[in-house]
Amino acid sequence: MTDIEAIARKLAGELKKHRADYLEARLEESQTSHITYRGRGLDSIGRSTAVGGNIRALVKGGWGFTSFNSLDGLSGRIAQAIEQAKSAGSGESMLAPVDPAVDEVVDGIDRNPVTIPLAEKKQLLDDYNDIIWGTPQIQTSTIGYGDSRKKVIFINSAGSYIKQERADVALRLTAIAAKDGDVQQVGLSLGSRGNFTAIQGLHDKISEMSTNAVELLSAPTAKGGEYTVVLDPVLAGVFVHEAFGHLSESDFVYENERLREIMKLGKKFGGKHLNIVDSAAEPGLRGSYKYDDEGVPAAKTYLIREGKLVGRLHSRETAAKMNESPTGNARAINYRYPPIVRMTNTYIEPESITFEDMIADIKEGIYAKNWYGGTTSMEMFTFSAGEAYMIRSGKIAETLRPVVLTGNVFSTLKNIDAIGNDLDMNEGGGCGKGGQMPLPVSNGSPHIRIRHCLVGGT
Amino acid sequence: MENILARTRKVADEAEVYQISSEETQVRFEANRLKQLQTNQQTSVALRIISKGRIGYATTTSTGDSRELVSNAVETAEFGTDAKFQFPNFTDYPRVDIYDGAVESVPIKEMIGLGEEMIAAVTGHTPGIICEAGVSRGVINVSIINSRGGQAEYRKSFFGLDIEGSLIEETDMLFVGESENSCHPLSDTAKVTSEVLRQLDLAKNRATAPSKQLPVVFTPNGVASGLMLPLMSAFNGKTVLEGASPIGNKQGQLVFDKRFCLYDDPTISYRPGSRPCDDEGVLSQRTPLVENGKITGFLYDLQTAALADKQSTGNGNRSHGGLPSPAPSAFTIAPGNTAFDDMIKDIKEGLLVDYLMGAAQGNVLGGDFSGNVLLGYKIENGEIVGRVKDTMVSGNIYKALKNITAIGSEARWVGSSLLTPPLYCPSLSVASKG
Repeated sequence: MTDIEAIARKLAGELKKHRADYLEARLEESQTSHITYRGRGLDSIGRSTAVGGNIRALVKGGWGFTSFNSLDGLSGRIAQAIEQAKSAGSGESMLAPVDPAVDEVVDGIDRNPVTIPLAEKKQLLDDYNDIIWGTPQIQTSTIGYGDSRKKVIFINSAGSYIKQERADVALRLTAIAAKDGDVQQVGLSLGSRGNFTAIQGLHDKISEMSTNAVELLSAPTAKGGEYTVVLDPVLAGVFVHEAFGHLSESDFVYENERLREIMKLGKKFGGKHLNIVDSAAEPGLRGSYKYDDEGVPAAKTYLIREGKLVGRLHSRETAAKMNESPTGNARAINYRYPPIVRMTNTYIEPESITFEDMIADIKEGIYAKNWYGGTTSMEMFTFSAGEAYMIRSGKIAETLRPVVLTGNVFSTLKNIDAIGNDLDMNEGGGCGKGGQMPLPVSNGSPHIRIRHCLVGGT
Repeated sequence: MENILARTRKVADEAEVYQISSEETQVRFEANRLKQLQTNQQTSVALRIISKGRIGYATTTSTGDSRELVSNAVETAEFGTDAKFQFPNFTDYPRVDIYDGAVESVPIKEMIGLGEEMIAAVTGHTPGIICEAGVSRGVINVSIINSRGGQAEYRKSFFGLDIEGSLIEETDMLFVGESENSCHPLSDTAKVTSEVLRQLDLAKNRATAPSKQLPVVFTPNGVASGLMLPLMSAFNGKTVLEGASPIGNKQGQLVFDKRFCLYDDPTISYRPGSRPCDDEGVLSQRTPLVENGKITGFLYDLQTAALADKQSTGNGNRSHGGLPSPAPSAFTIAPGNTAFDDMIKDIKEGLLVDYLMGAAQGNVLGGDFSGNVLLGYKIENGEIVGRVKDTMVSGNIYKALKNITAIGSEARWVGSSLLTPPLYCPSLSVASKG
C-alpha cells in the first residue's frame, strides 16, 4: 500500500511555496468490503482498496480542482489546479478565517469492521436471510451490507495538517412478498460509525419487517388527499432532513439574493415548540467528525430555535460571503470530489407530548412509519414511508400500502402542531447531493404530528 | 493486466481482469458566473476469479502491486457464489462508433464560452433567474482480459452540456433545466437552451389542478423521472429470476399497449451509453424487451443468464464497482404517430408533466410511481394554461401503459440512458392542494 503520510508531509511544504490565494490537498486511503444477497443466496462478495487524492486552489474567487489516484507528479497537479483557478477567477477570494490545526483523530472503534472475518459477517447475514425466508408468502429478499475504513489527510497552505480515520458500517434489508402478480416490499436500513455490533441482534425486527411485507399484500391503498399525519421518529428524521435541512445549506443561498431574502435569520418557520439542530459534534453518530473536509472544527448549529431561523450550514466560502461564522459543514464523499455544504446529524429536539396523546384527538388520519426515501427541491419535498396505518378516532386502525407524502417547506413546518418526547436517531441510508452519494449522515426526531399534509394515492 | 492474470494461475481456475481509466475536464458555473475548473483522473482494476467453482472478487485503484488484489479475491472466493458461467472466448466485436478524437482537443476557453452562451440565453430571456451550468468532456478507456483468451478493449469520448435555472419570487420557486450529451463535441447550445426557454414560457402563468383522475401527458423528461425505474427493475433478469418481476412469467403475453415498443440498445453510434461489449466482454446487441405490447425479453449478464437457462444479452454492468449485474445500457421507446401538439389539443382537462420528483420512492418492484409535480402544467380545452404546484401524480406503470391514448411522434434523449417520445396516459390519480 502506498504511504500517503510520507507523500502528505512532502506536499505540506510544497503547498506553501505556490502562488495562490489558498491551496489545499486531501489524500485518502480506504479499504472496504461488501456482501450482498438477492434471494436465498449470496449475490456478491468483494473487497476493495483505494488510494487517491486531490488538490484544490483558490485564485481571485475562482476554484481549480484536480483529483487523481496516481500519486506521481504531484507538483504538476498543484500547478494544474492553480492554472485552473486562475482561469476561473475574476473577483475576490473570500474564506472565513479558521485557525490552522495540526491534529490526529483516531477512528475510536474497538474492532475494524473491514477486517472482521467474512465468515462471521456472512453467518450473521445468513441468519437474517433465513428469518425473512422463513416467513410464509415471502417471494424473495435483498440484503446489502457494506463496511469501510479510511484514513484522510488534509493539508492546506495555512499550515493545517489533519489526519482523520473513520469507519462506517451500513446494512439494508428488504423483504419482498408477492401474490397473484402483486409485489410488496418492506425494508430496514441501519448504519453505524464503524461499530459492527450496531447491526447485530436484529432478529426480531427482521421478523416483524417480513410479516409486514406479507400483510401489505392484502392492505388497501390510501386515498390521495390532505390528511393529519403522524410521523414516527425515523420518518420524521427523514422529513426534517429533506424538508428543512437542505434549505439550510448555504451554498444554495449565498449567491442568490432572493433566496437570502427568504432565508433571513429571525424569520418564523414554525411554532415555538420547534427546534432543529445539525451537529457533527455529537459523539459517535454516522454524521459525526472532529474536522470537516476544509479542516474546520465541527460545531453544534441551531438551525431553528423556538420556531425562528437562527442559523445555517456553511463552508468557509459561504460563511465569508454571508458574513457569518463557519460551522464546519463542508464535506466530500471521497477524494474525487471537492467539499460542498452538507448536513451531518440533523434532528428535531424533543418536547413533552406522548404518542398516545398525539393521536388521541385525530378522527381520521395517517400514521406513517419507517423510511423508504426522500428528496427535495428546496421549496417542495417528497418523502415516502415504509409502513402506513389509518388513524381512526384516536386509534391505530387498518394497515395501508406505503404512502408518499409531499409538501411545501414554508407551510408544512408551520403545520407541525405536536412534537413528542421520544427523540430517536436513525443511522440508516445516506444523503445525495451534487452527484456525491451516499454520504453518511444521521437524522432523528421524536414523533411529530403534521396537519394538512398531502398524501399521494389512488 | 497480464501480470495480474498470470499471478492468479496458481490460486484460481479461471480469472478475468477489468480495467477502466478515465480523464474528465469540467467547467462549472454557479450563480451565473464561472466558478470552478475541474479535472478528474481515475483508474481502477477489478479482478474476478473462479476458484473451486466459486466466484471471488476484489478491486483496487493501485495499478502497481497486485498481490493484495489477488489475495483479497482469493479470500472472498471461499464464500462466493457458485459460478454457473464461463468467461467468453476471443470474439470479434461489432464496430460501435463511440470515440471522436476532437473531444479531447476542445480548448477550455471554448468550453467556458459554451457555458457563458447558455447562461446568456437563459438570463436574457428571464431576468432574475439564477443558473448553474456545466460543460464537460472526457475519455474513458476500458480493457478486459480473461483466462480463456477473451479480450476486449475500447475507448469512448463524451461531451456534455447542462444547465439548471432557479427563479424565486417570494417563497415560490421554479426550477427548470436541460442537458445534452454525445460522444462528439457539442458546439450548438440552442438545443439545450430552447428547451429551458420553453419551460420558462409555459411556467409563466399559474394554474390549479383538481384532485381527481385526469389524463396526463409525460414529456421525455417526465417519462424519465416518473416511469423509468419500475421498467428498469421489471426487465432486469435478476428480478425475473427471483420471481419478483410482475412480468417475469409473461414472456410473449400482451402486457402493455399494442403500440408500446421498448428496446435496450448499446449500438447507436456516438451515444455515451453505447459500447461494443458489456463489462464482461460479451458483445453488445439491441435487445427487444417489448414489441407491440408483448413482452419479448429481459436483460441478462453471464451469471444470471446461466442460472435462468438463457443467453447473456450483453448487459453485464459494473456501475457500482461490484460484480457485473444486469442493467440497461440505453432504453429506447419507439416513437408513435401523434404530434405533441395534437396530444395537448385532445385534452379538455389534464396535466403535462415535465418532472415528477421522488416518483421512485414507493413500491418500484410492483410498478408503482407517486411523485410531486415539480415541473408540470395544467391543460384546459386543448391548451397549456400554466404551471401547477402542490400536486402529486400517482399510478402504476402496468395500468398506465396498458392503454396509452397516444405515443408522441418525436423521441428525445434524456441523459445518456433513455430515448423516448412523449407518452399520453388516459387517466392517472392526481392529488392537489390546488
